[in-house]
Amino acid sequence: MKVLRNYLNKIKPNFETGGKLSMFHSVFDGVETFLFVPNKTSKSGVHIHDCVDGKRTMSIVIMALMPALLFGMYNIGYQHYLAIGQESALWEMFLFGFLAVLPKLVVSYGVGLGIEFIVAQYKGHEVAEGFLVSGILIPMIMPIDTPLWMLAIATAFAVIFAKEVFGGTGYNIWNVALIARAFLFFAYPSKMSGDQVFVRTNDSFGFGAGSVTDAFSGATPLGQVTAATTNNVQLHDAIGNPLAYWDMFIGLIPGSIGETSKLAILIGALILLFTGVASWKAMLSVFAGGMLTALLFNQIGSTPTMMVSPLEHILLGGFAFGAVFMATDPVTSARTEAGKYIYGFLIGVFTVLIRVLNPGYPEGMMLAILFMNSFAPLIDFYVVDANIKRRSKRAIVKSNAE
Amino acid sequence: MAQLIKIKKGLDINLKGKAKNIVLKPLKSKLYCINPDDFIGLVPKILIKIGDKVQAGTALICDKKHSSVKVVSPVSGEVVEINRGEKRKLLSIIIEADDETDYLDFGRKKVSDLSADDIVQGLSQAGILPFIRQRPYDIVANPEDSPRDIFISGFYSAPLSPDLEFILKGEETDFQTGLDALAKLTKGKVHLGLNNHCVIAALKYAKHVEINTFEGPHPSGNVGVQINKIKAIDKGETVWVINPADVLFIGRLFNKGTADFSRLIALTGSEVKETGYHKTIIGVNIQDIVKDNVSTELNLRYISGNVLTGAKISEQGYLRATDNQVTVIPEGDDNNEFFGWASLGLDKFSNSRTYFSWILNPLGSKEYQIDARIKGGTRAMIMSDEYDKVFPMDIYPEFLLKAIIAFNVDKMEALGIYEVAPEDFALCEFVDTSKIEIQKIVRMGLDLLYKEMND
Repeated sequence: MKVLRNYLNKIKPNFETGGKLSMFHSVFDGVETFLFVPNKTSKSGVHIHDCVDGKRTMSIVIMALMPALLFGMYNIGYQHYLAIGQESALWEMFLFGFLAVLPKLVVSYGVGLGIEFIVAQYKGHEVAEGFLVSGILIPMIMPIDTPLWMLAIATAFAVIFAKEVFGGTGYNIWNVALIARAFLFFAYPSKMSGDQVFVRTNDSFGFGAGSVTDAFSGATPLGQVTAATTNNVQLHDAIGNPLAYWDMFIGLIPGSIGETSKLAILIGALILLFTGVASWKAMLSVFAGGMLTALLFNQIGSTPTMMVSPLEHILLGGFAFGAVFMATDPVTSARTEAGKYIYGFLIGVFTVLIRVLNPGYPEGMMLAILFMNSFAPLIDFYVVDANIKRRSKRAIVKSNAE
Repeated sequence: MAQLIKIKKGLDINLKGKAKNIVLKPLKSKLYCINPDDFIGLVPKILIKIGDKVQAGTALICDKKHSSVKVVSPVSGEVVEINRGEKRKLLSIIIEADDETDYLDFGRKKVSDLSADDIVQGLSQAGILPFIRQRPYDIVANPEDSPRDIFISGFYSAPLSPDLEFILKGEETDFQTGLDALAKLTKGKVHLGLNNHCVIAALKYAKHVEINTFEGPHPSGNVGVQINKIKAIDKGETVWVINPADVLFIGRLFNKGTADFSRLIALTGSEVKETGYHKTIIGVNIQDIVKDNVSTELNLRYISGNVLTGAKISEQGYLRATDNQVTVIPEGDDNNEFFGWASLGLDKFSNSRTYFSWILNPLGSKEYQIDARIKGGTRAMIMSDEYDKVFPMDIYPEFLLKAIIAFNVDKMEALGIYEVAPEDFALCEFVDTSKIEIQKIVRMGLDLLYKEMND
């Protein structure tokens, strides 16, 4: 490692102010701090610091996302081979999915990090780690057949208009990944929902070619419920076989890349809670809010969507993924502890409300989270205001007593 | 009856190099240094010039706003240096000490016979007033104020901090006299906050004070936390606080009639070979006790005070007036850790659970060696609930900090700026993922607010 360190020390002056390559200062700094813990020591204040930093926190989140991403790749392949009616080995399915997802990751990271580096250089800041998570989240919440150019536009839009214009990581009001999704959802709705986009029926780089079977239907389970006309909906998979709860939990159903496997999301949730990176308060309240609302609608039960049970609600669509990875985003969620309960609970409520009452679109998680992102500061305001009132009341009591 | 107050939020950072409870050789030096910056809020006016002979107790500087607030020489000798910085700011006064300290005699007095004014006058003459601080603003107290209450924390809880009970041994009379004098300065009470493991009588059965007992991790020993729990400060109120070891200065003044600024200081830190206590006087040069007594493999950082709030000094530096501890830790600038953020981190201390040392060490009994690296780049506030976990007051630290950064006076007041001092935020700064210089921000906020309110 010494050789590498010495090399970095040798080329470092080029990147400093006045050096030949000073325009790439942020890039160099980003790479250097990625390789070595910065050995800058404290100048004021505390002399010792906790080991945790942005890179550590973000890498834990990425680790937690891995099971869902890897399973997502496998499921893309599984759904594909199911659709074209071919038997195939596990590695084939995974490879197919891997080839389908990889370009999306490359585009998302390429576009997003590119913008981040340019902005950091322009402002003279260090590159913040926030996009390392957003960059992996963006492909994971997209349908597999979203074209790459759309993904690129959406990522650029989200990074620039949802994050950088507000001041960068830590200042954004809305979850960056969800803004990317919302952008496409409103700009290109046909590529973001329906029964054409969630199962890839074409080949990936010439791999896994075939034509779909007659029984194929690419609708997601939530899509099937919305389209149903009777209250007794039998959910089925891509070729018409009935779905059990177990399939939904394992995740062998059509859906956005990362959202299908509740098992993988559960592993991710455990990693986040075990390391303390995500707030269990926000996470738990989303589930509580969603399930209670679903229960309430079950009592009314006048349409097929009202009859979806609380368990199905959390097993289907992006509910679990949103609750675990999106509602717990510390920047855009409520920042007070009491606020997190309210924030999470209302996300759950609104998600089910949108799913049940909105006839046009089966999923509600994205809109509910973005909606509550907007209201998080208001929730915090009232929580903090209670503290302020307590303080001013104390002062009044004292002055009366004197 | 003493009330037991349990502090739940906070953090004990278990560092290597705690001071053993033994008294080592006394520490004397040729040169002593007085640093006006130790007395925050004091605008210094110099009363001596180079070459002047001074006694222990001769005034060196006084406050331009309140001339009765004086800083005196802790030793007798000759003024050899007056160091100034930019815009002629006074940085330090160096005194070459005589072999035997010659004390200015202020006369023995019986505290019970004195009025509050007599006591203030006595403390003023002997240069002890600037050791009393006030909240709000955490600055040197204004002797013209009549404080609502006086608060003293009866234990130190910061990492590696000295054991007050050990320091007070043999000084019980002076301590009680000091408390008696303080009790006369307020119409309210003198509150003494004790650790619930406290055993010595000087603290436990102290007279003329209201005793409360605290239990829990650092910052339970911070006086700000104790004030918040006992009787919080509201706008318009002023309370005084004093370091418990400094109460001895007051006691000695009235019992012996001298300005005796000797202290028992702890030498601590992972890089010190022989830790323990040294009898010395404030402003002493630390060279003698650290030379040949520290590890030689690493670059070192010398701190006057503790690792959270102390001041960085050099190995030939001077003990600051308000500190009773010297800490030596590795600097860490010679450490190039490859992919540090990706390691399991079994040997790394973190209050978050993202490094897995907490699994091996569930009881927190392992002692860590932590160096002075910041270990990350400065970012905007990202994680929530980080500060709250180590901030036991009924205040939202993050929101207060944001109000300070925006300098929104109304918000700062509403959120409790009058109750806090930078040291209360030290743990927030330690645990911060975003590596923000929080104590600096709070200090700046308090200074600006003071200007806004008083000038």
